[in-house]
Order: sequence, then C-alpha cells, then structure tokens
Amino acid sequence: MAKNVVSPDKKTTWKKTLHYIGKYKFMALLSLLLAAVTVALTLYIPILTGDAVDLMIDVGLVDLAGILKIVKKIGVAVILTALAQWVMNTCNNYICYHVVQDVRKDAFAKIEILPLSYLDAHAAGDVVSRVIADVDTLADGLLMGFTQLFTGVLTIGGTLVFMLIYNIPITLVVVCITPLSFLVAKFIATRTHDMFLEQSKTRGEQTALIEEMVGSQKIVRTFSREQAVKDQFGEINERLQKCSLKAIFFSSLTNPCTRFVNSIVYAGVGIFGAFFAVGGGITVGRLSCFLSYANQYTKPFNEISGVITELQNAFACAARVFALIDQEPQTPEDADAAVLEQAKGRVELEDVCFSYVPDRKLIENLNLKVRPGQRVAIVGPTGCGKTTVINLLMRFYDVDRGSISVDGTDIRHLTRGSLRTNYGMVLQETWLRGGSILDNIRMGRPEATEEEAVAAAKAAHAHSFIKRLPQGYHTVITEDGGSLSQGQKQLLCIARVMLCLPPMLILDEATSSIDTRTEMKIQNAFAKMMEGRTSFIVAHRLSTIREADIILVMKDGNIIEQGDHESLLARNGFYANLYNSQFAG
Amino acid sequence: MKRLIVYLRDYKKECVLAPLFKLLEAAFELLVPLVMANIIDVGIANQDKGYILKMGLCLIGLALVGLASSVTAQFFAAKAAVGFSTKLRAALFGHIEDLSFTDMDQAGTSTMITRLTSDINQVQSGVNMTLRLFLRSPIIVFGAMIMAFTIDVRMAMIFVVTIPALAVVVFGIMLVTMPLYKKVQSGLDRTLGITRENLTGVRVIRAFHQEETEEKRFQESNQALTNMQMFVGKISACMNPVTYIIVNAAVMLLIYKGALKVNLGELTQGQVVAILNYMSQILVELVKLANLIILMTKAMACADRVAAVFTIGGESERQKDAGEQTGLKTDLKAGASHEELTERQTGISAGEKADEEKKLKNGSEAGEQTGSENGSFPYLCFEHVSLTYRGAGEKTLEDVSFTVDKGDTVGIIGGTGSGKTSLVNLIPGFYPVTEGRILLEGKDLREYDENAHRSRMGVVPQKAALFAGTIRSNLLWGKPDASEEELWRALELAQAKEIVEGKEGRLDAEVAQNGRNLSGGQKQRLTIARALVRDPEILILDDSASALDYATDAKLRQSLRSLEDRTTTFIVSQRASSIRHADKILVLDDGRLAGMGTHEELLRDCQVYQEIYYSQYPEERRSR
Repeated sequence: MAKNVVSPDKKTTWKKTLHYIGKYKFMALLSLLLAAVTVALTLYIPILTGDAVDLMIDVGLVDLAGILKIVKKIGVAVILTALAQWVMNTCNNYICYHVVQDVRKDAFAKIEILPLSYLDAHAAGDVVSRVIADVDTLADGLLMGFTQLFTGVLTIGGTLVFMLIYNIPITLVVVCITPLSFLVAKFIATRTHDMFLEQSKTRGEQTALIEEMVGSQKIVRTFSREQAVKDQFGEINERLQKCSLKAIFFSSLTNPCTRFVNSIVYAGVGIFGAFFAVGGGITVGRLSCFLSYANQYTKPFNEISGVITELQNAFACAARVFALIDQEPQTPEDADAAVLEQAKGRVELEDVCFSYVPDRKLIENLNLKVRPGQRVAIVGPTGCGKTTVINLLMRFYDVDRGSISVDGTDIRHLTRGSLRTNYGMVLQETWLRGGSILDNIRMGRPEATEEEAVAAAKAAHAHSFIKRLPQGYHTVITEDGGSLSQGQKQLLCIARVMLCLPPMLILDEATSSIDTRTEMKIQNAFAKMMEGRTSFIVAHRLSTIREADIILVMKDGNIIEQGDHESLLARNGFYANLYNSQFAG
Repeated sequence: MKRLIVYLRDYKKECVLAPLFKLLEAAFELLVPLVMANIIDVGIANQDKGYILKMGLCLIGLALVGLASSVTAQFFAAKAAVGFSTKLRAALFGHIEDLSFTDMDQAGTSTMITRLTSDINQVQSGVNMTLRLFLRSPIIVFGAMIMAFTIDVRMAMIFVVTIPALAVVVFGIMLVTMPLYKKVQSGLDRTLGITRENLTGVRVIRAFHQEETEEKRFQESNQALTNMQMFVGKISACMNPVTYIIVNAAVMLLIYKGALKVNLGELTQGQVVAILNYMSQILVELVKLANLIILMTKAMACADRVAAVFTIGGESERQKDAGEQTGLKTDLKAGASHEELTERQTGISAGEKADEEKKLKNGSEAGEQTGSENGSFPYLCFEHVSLTYRGAGEKTLEDVSFTVDKGDTVGIIGGTGSGKTSLVNLIPGFYPVTEGRILLEGKDLREYDENAHRSRMGVVPQKAALFAGTIRSNLLWGKPDASEEELWRALELAQAKEIVEGKEGRLDAEVAQNGRNLSGGQKQRLTIARALVRDPEILILDDSASALDYATDAKLRQSLRSLEDRTTTFIVSQRASSIRHADKILVLDDGRLAGMGTHEELLRDCQVYQEIYYSQYPEERRSR
C-alpha cells in the first residue's frame, strides 16, 4: 500500500498528527490523567484483596470488621475506576473521531483546490483510498494507541513499582522471565514474515485472475471457457491454501507461546513466593496479589507489541493522507480578481504555449481571435492537443506563456468560478452524480424549477427516455449512471448545459456516443443554443463541424490550417484529406 | 451462513479436534488455581518446601501440556479455516463464472471481486477464531464456575448470578451497537461516494463552480459520520466499566462470604484465593469473548454477502425451466403440424434437409417466408421475439421477426439504446427470450445444449477484453486445439497479422492483464481473430470495429466476405458504411424492427434508415 509514498518521514508525520491532536489538548490531557487514575486503581484493588485475604487466617482468626472496611474500599475504588474508564474511553473516542473528521475535511478541501494536473495524474481510486481507508486506519491506530498504549505502559510501570515495594526478589523473577515472551514473539514474527509474504504474493496473483475473469465473465461464458478458468483458479487456490495454512498456523503460535511464558512466570511467582512465605517473608494475601500481578504484568506486553504494529501501519497511512493535504494547490486567485458577469464572448489567445510535461512541448505560439457569437471547431488526429485547448480555455490548466483573454481581460485576472460559469461544457467523458435525474440536470442551477428542467431535457432530446424510467425525473441513478447507456448519459449532460444557457459553449466530443440520427436532432438544438453564443466544438466526426465559422485544424500542437469548411476543402490540404478519408467507405 | 457450512464438511475431524484440544488447554488452565490453593494451604501452612517445589513443577507441567494441546488446536483450526475458505472460494468463483448474463448484470463486477477476496478472507479468520476461541471462552467461564462448585457450593452461587448478569451486559451492548455500526459503515460509504464523485467529476464540478456546495455537502456527511461514531462509541465504552463493576462486586461478595466461612472453618485461606482467581479468569476471558464476538459479527456479515452471491442464479435456473415449458407451449400454439414436430426432433437431418432445400431455392429470393408456411427451414429464424430484462419495466425488444439464410451477412443498425446488442445477444442464447422463439436450423434455441451451441458461434463483444498471458493463449480461447496455421489464418482475416508480426516473440508475445499493453484498435482486431480461430458458423461483430480507422474497417469487411459460404455474419454498427453492403440490413428503432432489406431497398422505403444514412452522408441527400 505504501509503495508509492515518497519515503514518509516518520517525524513529520508524528508532528502533523500531534498538530491535529493539539486542537483537543485538554481532552488528551484529561484522557492521560484518567488513564493514570484507572491504572493506579486497578493495581490497587489486588492489594486490597490481598489484605483482605491476610485478615482471614484460620478458623476464628478472621477480622470481619477489618474485611468489611476493605470491601468498602474496594467498592469505592471499583466505582471510581469504572467511571474513570468510561470518561477516558469517551474522551479517546472524541479525540480520534474529531481528528479524523478534521483530517478528512482538510483533505477534501484540498481536493477542491488541487490543480487538475495533480488529479489527472493520480487515479481517483488512490486518492479516495487516502481520504477514506487510510484515514480510517489512522483512526483505528490512534484509538488503539490512546486506549491501550498509555494504559499498557502505565500498567507495566505501575505493576513494577508496586511489586518492588512489596518484594524485590519475586519482582526480579517476574522481570527476568517476561522478556522471554518478547523473544518468542519476535522469533515467530521473523520466521513467519516470509510465509506471509508468500501468502500475499499468491493472494495478489489470485486477485489479478479474479479481476480479469469476473470482470470479463461474459466473455468467458461466450467462449465456454468456464472449466478452463476454474482449473486455472483452482491451481492458484491450492497453492494459496498451502502457504496460507503455513502462515496462519505458525503465526497463531504466538499466543500459546506467550501464554506459556505467562504460565511459567506464574509458576515462578508461585514457587518463589511460597518459599518466601514459608520463611515468613511474605504473607499469603500479598502472594495472591503478586499472582494476579503476574497475570496482569505480561498482558500489556503482548498488547503493546500489537499496538505498535498497528500504529506503524496507521502512520504509514497518515503519511499518505498528509502527502495529499500538503500538495501544492492551484495558483490562488488575485485578491482583486474581477468577476466576469455575462460575457459577450470575445475570446483571444495570444502566443499561447503549453505542455503537460516540461520536456515534451505540446502547444506552441497558438494565436486565435474569436468574435462574439462565432463558432469555432477544432479538428485533428488523436493527441494533437484539441482537448488541451479546452483545458486552457476553462483554465483547468494555466498557460505556460502567452495569454488567453475573454472580453479583453486576461483570464488569470478573473475569478475561476465566474469564468467557468460563463462556459457551458459538455465533455466526451460523461459524468453524472449519484442522485436523481432531476438533481443531475439542475446541477448548474439548483434553483431551477422542475418545469425548466423538463424543458431543458426536451431540448436535449432526453425527455423521451427519462419519462420511461421507473420514477421518471425522480429516478435515482448511481454515480456511473447505472443502467443508462453511454448515449443517454451524454444526453443528460447536454440537458444540464441547456438548463444553464451560459454565454459561451464548449462541446468536446459532446455527441460521440449518440447515434447519428439523434445527433442530428441534437445538432438542431445545439444550433439554436449556439445562436449568438461563442462556441468551441471538438469533434471526431467531421460532419458535425461543417457549419462552423472557423475550423482550426491542429496537428502536433500547432494550428496547421484555419478557415471555414469550403475554403479548407478548396485548399486541398490536411483537412481535405481527413475529410475525404472518412467517407471513403 | 448456513449455506456456507457445507464447505466445512470435509473438515469435520478438524472442527471437532480443534475445540477439543482447546478444551483440554482450558481444563489444564482451570487446574492452576487449585494447585496454587494447595501450595498455600498445604505447602505454606506446613512449611513443606519439597511439596511447594513439587506443586511448582506441577504448574510448569500443566503449562507444558497446555502449550502442546493449544498448538495442536491452532493447527487443526488453521487447517479447517484455510481449507474451508479454499473450498468456498473455488465454489464461489465457479458459481460466478457459471452465472448467466442476466444474473451477471444483476450481480455487478466490483462487488463480486470484493466478495471473492476480502470478504472470504474475513470469513476465514472468523472461522479460525471461532474454532479457537468460541468454545474456549465459555469453557473457561463455565469451568471456572464448576471449579468453584467443587470448592464450595454456596460460594459458587455467586458465580451463578454473576455469569448471566455479565452475559446480559455483553450481549445487550452488542445487540444495541451492531446495527449502529452498520449505520456507521453506510455513513462512511456516503462520505466515500462524495469523495469519489468529486474526483471523477472534477471538471464538471469546477465548470459549474460547485466547489463550495460540494465542500458543504462533504462536511455534512463527515459531521454526520462523526456524530454517529461518537454515539456508538459512548455506548460501547460502557462495556468495560460495567463488566468491571459486576465482576468486582462479585469479588467483594466473595471476600466477605469467604471471610465468614473461613471464620467458621468451612473454607481455608487458600481456597478463597482459588475462588478469587477463578473470578478474575472469567473477567479476562470475557474481554476476549467480546473481541471475538465483534470479529464474528464482521465475519457473519461477510458470510452473508458471500452467501448472497450463491442465491443469485438459482432463480434463473427456475426461469429456464419455466422458459422451456412456455417454449413448448408456443410450439403447440403455433399450430406446428405433426410432421414438423417429428422433423424438429430429428434435429440434424432437418438441418440437412433445410440446407438441401435452400440449395434448390438458391437464386430465387428465399428467406422472407417463415418455415411453417412452406415447410422448409431458414437457417435462423426469429419469431415474434420480445425481450424484457429482469427488473426492467419496458421491453427492450418487441415483436421482432426475421429470417436469415446460411452464409448471409446481416447488418444491424439503429440509434443508441434501440436494442442492437440485445438482439445479437439472443443468438448465442446469452439471454433467454421472454416471448416468441428463435429457431436455428428449425430447432428452438432452448433445445440446444448451451455449450455445444456456443461453440458454433464466434462473438466479438463491444468491449474488447483480452487476458493476461500471450497472444497465443488468448487466441486459443477460440479453439483450444487450434494449429499454428489456423491461428495465422484467423489473424490474417482479422487484419491483425501485422500486430503480431510487429511484436517480439510474435504469437508468444506477452499480453498484460486486460490487454493493457495493447491499443484499443489492436485489442479489437485480436478479439476478432480470437472469434475467427474457431471458424465459427455464426460470427457476431457487436460494434467491433469502432476503434478501427475507416480504411482498416473496410479491409476487415472485405476479408470477412471471403467466409461467406460457411459463415453467417452479424454486424452491429452505427456506421452506415459498415453495413451498407450486407445481404440484409435490420433497422431497429426503440426495440422494434423499423425496416428490413438491402441498403437500396431501405434507402427507398425506410424513413429511419434514411435519417441515419443521410446524417452520415449529407452530400448524398443534397445530390438527390
């Protein structure tokens, strides 16, 4: 998981985590204090019990009044402990969940202002897992750390102190034998490490096969390859069984072995304690107290080693989240950035240079003047920079050199929000959000009425399929559009823009998934919409851009031809070539 | 959960032995306080160092035996759990691979993958822990009680009251929090959903300037999640303090009653210590049990998710039966003559007969009439076919009837969502028809053996998917025993020869998972080759040339024409150019057949076809 992290600096991760916890300083201090109280009291109770045992020596030799007093003491101690425990737990929950909430909030806020270049370069799944799964692991680790690490350390220390106070030799027995349990645990852990590695490798292999064969299950069925695939799976499965069994069995030896060490400690305390008792060096009650300490003393060791691995894991995950939060955001807006109201639609590109990667030039010295209301079509082979132009117009990316201006103002001096709301954009990659169809159409104008939304859907020729959905406009769709076809999704995206009717339009392969017949109808709607609006159209199908005022023919980031359809055809250049090849069926 | 237990069947022995050895271990552990009591009462009281040492060694002996039985138990538990999950995984994978297309649509790929991987892993560790601990904890709890009984019955009654009280608290809190934890999970899912949306839809969200609204939306769900977590946390934080109070209340009672009894000589000091020890053993075990129960509920939830997959598909089997019956009924309803039925039963000969008859009719326009009218059988015949996907309200295909002759090329064209893919998916029987029937060589598709039937088909799906391996291993999917020549011939036909020749290792060039190391066009041509390797009787190209440029597309169609005498080809496309030369073109509009015929006929008569065609060739309209 932590593979692609640039060596997480543990110290800074610590610092950052502490910084987040710092907001809840008071709570954290309270929690620590309560942990100390809890531990002290839990350690005190066995002593009280031992004292009580010492007061019941034999028939007739029982100090009932003394015992009653002790029992009362125990009662008070128990109630205090329980209370302290509950408040401590609640404090810990409060701190953890709020820290996590804060981290998530910051991470999400960062996502909203990250430059597109980061988001384009990172798989959405990876970022999501940072914000969700990694933060969750951090929460688990913090919670365990808070609840078990402090109490564990305190318990060990406290027990040692109490034991030393009462009997040094027996304490030495305990202290000498306990490390054995560490050694055993460590021995097993190093031995099983390779087995686990083997297991996760085999698991990975199997998951890859599963992904492929379940993902393309229909093809497996089409070729009747079910049995062959099952055999292949079975072979890996068998190997997995073997190495899983090894890894799980050997790692599960840790518990019995440490328990065995515990038993040895217990037996040691028993024998030595009894010897001392015979010599009168210790009372029976104290001995019983020591015995219960012997049980208690070793437990936190096991817990702590568990917590430490958990914490390491948590910090590795935290480092990934912090790496996201620390990302450089997009260039902040000027303080006096102008708000672009209703744009007239004069767009000018002056000597624009841009590349995604510094050493691979893409767009160079691009010049373009678009008058209000003009239709600009951009054509060219794949990878020639068509979509990049759109990215620059929308200011998803900033130009490296040169400038782009709308109505005479450099777009870098405009607020991003106002610039973008002046464009209506339909992309090839349809994106819908989980929610009702209506919400999706109203995305750009949440205050629009249902009638307006329906009208927009009708204009986009989406109405007929929407009304056939189970709940019509109120049908809830999943994020990827669920059962909607690619074309239907595209129609919804178009309806979304139709509802806003911004002064400028960007259509990037907006109808690529729609059949040509519906496309024709939509083209009419588009044509109506484009009336008086500056529009930029990127299209694969040349038939859709014939009507444009300016056709830019791009190749390798440069505009190689420019003009309207007829003049370009007449020139008999690249465009004419492209156009004719399409109809040489 | 019950459904899954069968996969433990082969591990009965382990399932019994693991808890049994755990029981042994627990029993030895329970003896420890008794031995200690003896050390106190006999050894210390009599100042007998030899006895103390003997008993001390006895303690170590108990520890050793405990270790041995515990290790044995761990082994059997691990063996059963791993074996169980291995079998379960294989069964689940097999089940998923066998799901029909309808079921697969319902199932959803990504959740199937998590169920096969992480869910089963959870179940595995659940089974493992259960075998290890689930018996141990109650054994210790009740064993401690029983041991208390052997020491003193009256004192043991305190245990009898304490244990149920503890159980009520532990299980009560579990019962209350469990559904709440589920809510937390769904809250987390919601937060995850919003995050993902904001990543995948970043352009749209920024284009509509919705960043602030989105942040608010996220913060709301984030806050709701935290509140829910806090609420659950407060309840579950009660668990430890309350159990602590109960156990210690019992301890207090034990001390007091014990003191009274010691005073009367009914108990010794050592016995009181032993009873107190048993009580603390219960407390330790309870904590473990609580953790185990959390793990188990998680595992159970996962087991339910896994088991749910097994229930998918059972339904379709029934449907298939029902389908066969209705199929039979339509046979009778269609008023098929007795003679026809007998012919149909002798499937092969009927097919041959049909072939003969067709040969006779060659040249004279055959095909438009259905078999029942003139007693002959067209190669493939759709009779009033309708298709409604499960769970869908509307018919996807409605009353589609047409016939196809052997060797013909059939083009299918129509708008987005008009049912083109659905129509061709019916031919290999990927989906059962809901009404009407499809006859291949005069025999209802439902009467064919599924695998035998599909082995006659070459299907090239819309989404070109290849598998990790080599080019050869991928092509062999089409025909496992294909010779080198057959592979090259298929590659050549599919215009994929130069792809393979350009690769190092040629046929043995590596293909990455999902064919990631190939371009869209290359993948598409290889999937076409894969379908052609088996020299199919029916070839279905479902928009399979979309990633090819026009020139390659044309060449491909040219080469496919050479197959005409053996292979009946269906081409689904949105490009009029891809299908205009077909022997027959089916025009679909909204699930209905809007026209049928050759390009020229349709251009003359079919309005829908005209619209499609002229939208792609506007010049021709102008020239008209």
